[in-house]
Amino acid sequence: MELRSSLGRARGLGSAKEGISHWWAQRVTAIALVPLAIWFVLAAISLLGADYATFAAWIGTFGNALLMALLVIVLFYHAHLGMQVVIEDYVSGHAALITTLLIVRFALFALAVSCLLAIVLVALKG
Amino acid sequence: MPATERPLSPHIQIYRPQITSGLSIFHRITGVALTLGTLLLTWWLVSAAYGPEAFATAQAFLGSFIGQLVLWGFTFAVFYHLANGVRHLLWDFGWGFELEQLRFSGIVMLAFAAVATLVTLIAGYSLAGGQ
Repeated sequence: MELRSSLGRARGLGSAKEGISHWWAQRVTAIALVPLAIWFVLAAISLLGADYATFAAWIGTFGNALLMALLVIVLFYHAHLGMQVVIEDYVSGHAALITTLLIVRFALFALAVSCLLAIVLVALKG
Repeated sequence: MPATERPLSPHIQIYRPQITSGLSIFHRITGVALTLGTLLLTWWLVSAAYGPEAFATAQAFLGSFIGQLVLWGFTFAVFYHLANGVRHLLWDFGWGFELEQLRFSGIVMLAFAAVATLVTLIAGYSLAGGQ
């Protein structure tokens, strides 16, 4: 006899013992990206055509460096979650699916770390 | 596992194009496009880490005609994906599932994305000294 409520079961454990964690993480990152994306668009406008010194001084401000780092982390995590769903939907064949997922995951992780390193390096100079 | 000949959902060939399905697939298209756009974001940030010359090259490309076109595209993609994402979050709260509400929120979302893109472009060009 099933003693758990339907909600409790959905929240807790799915077939892969993950429940709704992927779906939930996608929503959490989406909510975080609303203010971060709007901030980034405004920041990007202010940096149009900026030279290196201006950019370094801008990202050398703690608040700007922090928001850029937060944006990069959340953006790449959200992109990873979204790409995973798209790839799972459209790439058929187990080997091709696993290969594509691995390549995209590695690439996005490398890009995210590159961005974070660049932010820190330039911020220290600025 | 051998590939089996079976029909694949959702039979795009026989479905009449509708605003609901169109906006939905465009959400995915903009999502994938924005993921590709992270390459540009990374290039921009990493070029600064390489120094003033590399950063100037990146900024010059972004300011070029093609660079501006790409940025317009990404600006619209950001606002579209953002607005439609909020629409998805509202659905997650159980709001707006009626067909009329779906059409209405879709049109509101599209209008927001278009206006926000235009405002961003105008702000960008006036601040950048009308490049």
